[in-house]
Amino acid sequence: MSNAFTWLTDPANWHDQLGTPGIPAQVVAHLEYSLGAVAIATAVALPLGLLIGHTRRGASIVTVANGLRALPTFGLLILLYVVISPHIGGRGDGPYLVPTEIVLVLMAIPPVLGNTSAGVGNVSPAVRDASLGIGMTGREVLLRVEVPIALPLIISGVRSAVLQVVATATVAAYVGLGGIGRYLYDGLAARDFSQMTGGAVLVAVLALALDTLLAAVQRWTVSPGVSGRFKAGTAQAALGPAGAARPGAPEAAAEEGVPA
Amino acid sequence: MITFESVTKRYPGGTVAVDQLDLEAPTGKTTVLVGPSGCGKTTSLRMINRMIEPTSGRVLIDGADTSAVSPARLRRGIGYVIQHSGLLPHRTVVDNIATVPLLLGVDRRTARARSLELLERVGLPQEMAKRYPAQLSGGQQQRVGVARALAADPPVMLMDEPFSAVDPVVREQLQNEFLRLQSDLGKTIVFVTHDIDEAVKLGDQIAVMRVGGTLAQVAGPSELLARPVDAFVAGFVGRDRGYRALGFTTVPSSVPVEREETVRLGESLTTARDRLAHGWVLVVDAEDRPQGWLSEHSVRSARDDLVTPDALNLGGTLATVRGSLRELLDAALSSPSGRGVVTDGQGHLLGTISPAAAVRLIEEHGSTAADAAGRGETA
Ligand SMILES: Nc1ncnc2c1ncn2[C@@H]1O[C@H](COP(=O)(O)OP(=O)(O)OP(=O)(O)O)[C@@H](O)[C@H]1O
Ligand SMILES: [Mg+2]
Repeated sequence: MSNAFTWLTDPANWHDQLGTPGIPAQVVAHLEYSLGAVAIATAVALPLGLLIGHTRRGASIVTVANGLRALPTFGLLILLYVVISPHIGGRGDGPYLVPTEIVLVLMAIPPVLGNTSAGVGNVSPAVRDASLGIGMTGREVLLRVEVPIALPLIISGVRSAVLQVVATATVAAYVGLGGIGRYLYDGLAARDFSQMTGGAVLVAVLALALDTLLAAVQRWTVSPGVSGRFKAGTAQAALGPAGAARPGAPEAAAEEGVPA
Repeated sequence: MITFESVTKRYPGGTVAVDQLDLEAPTGKTTVLVGPSGCGKTTSLRMINRMIEPTSGRVLIDGADTSAVSPARLRRGIGYVIQHSGLLPHRTVVDNIATVPLLLGVDRRTARARSLELLERVGLPQEMAKRYPAQLSGGQQQRVGVARALAADPPVMLMDEPFSAVDPVVREQLQNEFLRLQSDLGKTIVFVTHDIDEAVKLGDQIAVMRVGGTLAQVAGPSELLARPVDAFVAGFVGRDRGYRALGFTTVPSSVPVEREETVRLGESLTTARDRLAHGWVLVVDAEDRPQGWLSEHSVRSARDDLVTPDALNLGGTLATVRGSLRELLDAALSSPSGRGVVTDGQGHLLGTISPAAAVRLIEEHGSTAADAAGRGETA
């Protein structure tokens, strides 16, 4: 561990040198692979999950997607590399990038899809019914009612996708790409354990940082009415029906507006 | 006016929930659908706003077929209140109330201003505007539900057991406020309940349904209590309907009250003792408003020298000349002294009446209702 510390604090590792990218460049590459994959997965799984949750049909799609989790990441990557790469022309990273991204996307889809469809599907039937009953269209019910209520689950789906993908994106290095995985594979090849441990620490720190960021987004976007984080003062007032008026209690909540 | 024209609903399983229903809900009046569980009340109600589509037949609002407009558009013009409010948990009270105006394209500022006005109308303080539904009691949520239904000022309101999930005290408050609101607003309301007392209290017209989704009787409340058409309706409106029917006859201003000797709060107990009649004396305040009864026992055993509020027996109910015969009889029966207290419209004492005199008055004024109720029982 102390060796990892030495490795991490060695200024030489933080600068690009003669074709070897430094830590910042590898972290950026790692972020690109990961966030790219999560973005693609979300673009596919979010609308699909909304549709499945809203219509309450097609739960089998979620089951199949969950089955993807059983595929061995490494085996799949090698298979795709062998099958796909010869068909991708051009120089550059394409032949390595495409199989890697596919593996990462497949990994990110199940949590986003599962959480989105479950979150939307589990919105109380009474609330859905009342929303339709007062004149919302199906689309309005989805966007103005179901999504805001399901938001905590949807975001936590994205969070677990991010955690898994960031950890797994280390495999990019196996097919010759960059990213933090480089330190793991290169370290292993060179039996440089401080480099390996340092890489592992970097992955963990990156994953935690992203998760913290998304947790903040979640706090900021989820309505207090859903999360139960009422402003101080109003929560207490709820206990006594009469004693509601509390001049001076912070009351800015409603002005911020809740994304509908 | 809402018109059902031989409307039938058969569910996929084969259940016929509503069978050839013909019914008119007059404009500006409250029509109550009442009947045992599963008789098709909710199904009938929801066919008005097309939350359920009829299998056959038509529902018209003011002569226009409801199936001619899109469901969403139809529903924005119809207030809808359900048993468990169905408020949006992620929106504040004020935004919940503003939901329909916002859907209709009213700007946010106007919609909010109107919401705050409605909040007051349904008896909630402005401070609640920024709370979320989870921060409200069940009764408060129902009030917000009513305000939300009123927000776009729809001519028609549908209410499905809106007050049945709250405790009896709150229910009575909500019912009274419903009556007050409705007398101001004069909406065309269809109200579902399985509680005949609620139906009689709130309805201008009551439609009693029987299981299988057919109408048993459509009548005004006093008519329904007085002349149930058959044994089913008679059984459903209940045993003490003769007594409840008294609720529809007002106490005549010529009510034969007897003068009652009174003593004021703060007068001496000696005075009170002198005025005891059959063991009781009525205590009033400086403006002659009845406060309670003082018994001979408490007059004699009191430590103070003066008549104080805490020595009073508050057991009896009060009747007023503008009230119903039911209240009059109840006042006479509930009074600890056996003398029912009658006040004028302002709460000042007029006199007292014995149960026997109250019954004589009922025989004179309420005879038709009582007779007819008796006939219905044997029919
Ligand atoms: N979606 C449905 N599918 C099949 N049958 C239904 C459905 N909804 C209601 N029913 C049946 O239709 C009949 C009428 O139901 P409805 O809900 O209208 O009764 P209700 O008078 O409102 O009863 P309650 O007082 O219990 O609310 C019942 O027999 C019920 O089981
Ligand atoms: Mg019902």
